[in-house]
Amino acid sequence: MPEPAVAPSGSRAGSPAGRIVWRLRFALLFAVLAVLPYLLSYSQQEIAVLLVINVLLVSSYRLLTLTGEWSLGHVVIMGVGAYASALLAKRLGVPVPFSMLIGGCMAAATAAILSFPLFRMKGFYFLIGSFAAGEIIRLIWKRFTDPFGGPKGLKRIDAFPNIDTGFLSIDFYEPVNYYFLALIIVSISLFILYRIERSRIGLTFHAIHWQDRLAESIGVDTFRYRTLAFVIASFFAGIAGGLYAHYVGTVNPTRFGVDQMVYVLVWAIVGGTATFHGPILGVIVLTVINEIVLRGLGLDTARPLIYGAILILSVLYLPDGLESLGPKLRAWLQRRRRGPATAGGEAA
Amino acid sequence: MDLLWQTAINAMYAASYMALIAVGLVMIFGVMGVINFAHGELYMAGAYCVVFLYAQEKFPFLVGVAAGLIFVGAIGLLMERGLFRPLRKNPLGGLIASIGFLLILQTLAVFGFGRRMGHVPPPTQGKIEIFGAILTYQRLFVIVAAILLLAALWAFLKRSKFGWALRACAQDAEAASLQGISMNQTARIAMFIGAALAGVAGALTAPLVSPTPYIGHSIIVTAFIIIIVGGIGSLEGAVIAAVLYAFVHTFVTTFFDGVIANIVGLALMFAVLVVRPTGLFGARERA
Repeated sequence: MPEPAVAPSGSRAGSPAGRIVWRLRFALLFAVLAVLPYLLSYSQQEIAVLLVINVLLVSSYRLLTLTGEWSLGHVVIMGVGAYASALLAKRLGVPVPFSMLIGGCMAAATAAILSFPLFRMKGFYFLIGSFAAGEIIRLIWKRFTDPFGGPKGLKRIDAFPNIDTGFLSIDFYEPVNYYFLALIIVSISLFILYRIERSRIGLTFHAIHWQDRLAESIGVDTFRYRTLAFVIASFFAGIAGGLYAHYVGTVNPTRFGVDQMVYVLVWAIVGGTATFHGPILGVIVLTVINEIVLRGLGLDTARPLIYGAILILSVLYLPDGLESLGPKLRAWLQRRRRGPATAGGEAA
Repeated sequence: MDLLWQTAINAMYAASYMALIAVGLVMIFGVMGVINFAHGELYMAGAYCVVFLYAQEKFPFLVGVAAGLIFVGAIGLLMERGLFRPLRKNPLGGLIASIGFLLILQTLAVFGFGRRMGHVPPPTQGKIEIFGAILTYQRLFVIVAAILLLAALWAFLKRSKFGWALRACAQDAEAASLQGISMNQTARIAMFIGAALAGVAGALTAPLVSPTPYIGHSIIVTAFIIIIVGGIGSLEGAVIAAVLYAFVHTFVTTFFDGVIANIVGLALMFAVLVVRPTGLFGARERA
């Protein structure tokens, strides 16, 4: 897998000037994100909403991979959040924003329970164990029609309540408005995920990934930290599930199947999991390729084939993901610019 | 009593083709240390060989089966050369690449044959009755073929020089190559046999299952359960676990329903992973 993300090396925005540049970049990014939906058609706006939700999904997945474990159950965990939030709103009348939060907590609780059997395993065994656990949950949704609606799933899930306070009224049925709602929630979540990664806890995750025996020998309880990563990742996946359920209005077991998990894997791997922005880059680039190129050219049936080919090519030729392209390109340019000089220096 | 006996016979049939698939998967893992996620799609490719040659082009059924063996074996060689050899140092990468390959095979099957079920008329209509239970010739044929193929494989692995080399690589690849065993050659043979076994299983069962391009999913789940329960590197374990799993699954399907049977199967695998990750018959863990 991708080479070590060396423990995050301090803050990149060390100097005051650097900090201003970073703030400017963020301001620019948010300006683009704020203008973006108005440049898109209605159906593209809907895709933008799903893209924002998927950014949270894949970023939360990355937190789990920090400890070195690759789960195949993450999308099912997202589904736990979606089902929980939908059922709470439908059956018990819990107001939607709270049901989402509780849905996230349910996903986290599921992860906490699953971690006892799962973290007795490592590597392949963990991969297959998480796959089995996810499939069991999915089959339970399929089998038990009573709360879960069986193979057809849940329909007519309550939408996010509209805000109407006389002078301000926001209808979240409109994709643009839901886009901003999702953007705010996802931005906050990403900020938290980022802070966690840069904290002492995040450093410990890295340590467990690359040197688990060594970490244990200095008193790190690797089981607890693995569980912690799993629980936090699952909480945010559950939130993503809630955002999805109350936007689309239906959830069913197929929606959280292995195929969807494969897409998450592809995003993470094509983007590269060594840095925080890698998977986000992956999901954005592949979604844009998917929507613009494939749908535009009418290649919808060929979509899995192209995804498969991209996955294989990136594992073979770009094992560190798209994120490694930037530094590689920069190094190559620098070599070219300084080419003759360095060659001369070495000769001397 | 009749129902019990009939269910047992159905389980025998299920065990025979599942054993072929699982043994192939274990062989690939044993030599290359990579889990081939596309194994279910290799089964599917074998089934479509029969759909194409036997059901559409009207060749004899056995020609379809032979083509399934050779064609899918060739796909295996392609995977070995294109995916698993360059990724030998990176088993997780190999697994992920095989997921990519799975998507490609699936889409190609959709292009070639459409999404709908391929219909394959049964080559024989006959059936025999054993103590009141019915066993069609087609199923009997699968059982006999599976036993013969597994016996041949067993003899090959225990008697021939290749089999010797294969087992040596499975035990310790580095030591084996120090003895002058070619890793590439051994991996090729293992991959060919492993893939061909899945292809044959698909070809043999095509008239009984009505293949779709997406059939591989349920196959790979089953195969995972079997190899985990049997112990991930053990060929004998895979056969025994296939029989065990087939009986459990068939009986639960008959007396409850299919989804419950799948849940029970997965729970069985989960329990084995938790209690004894090396499987019921596995040796110690590979490094």
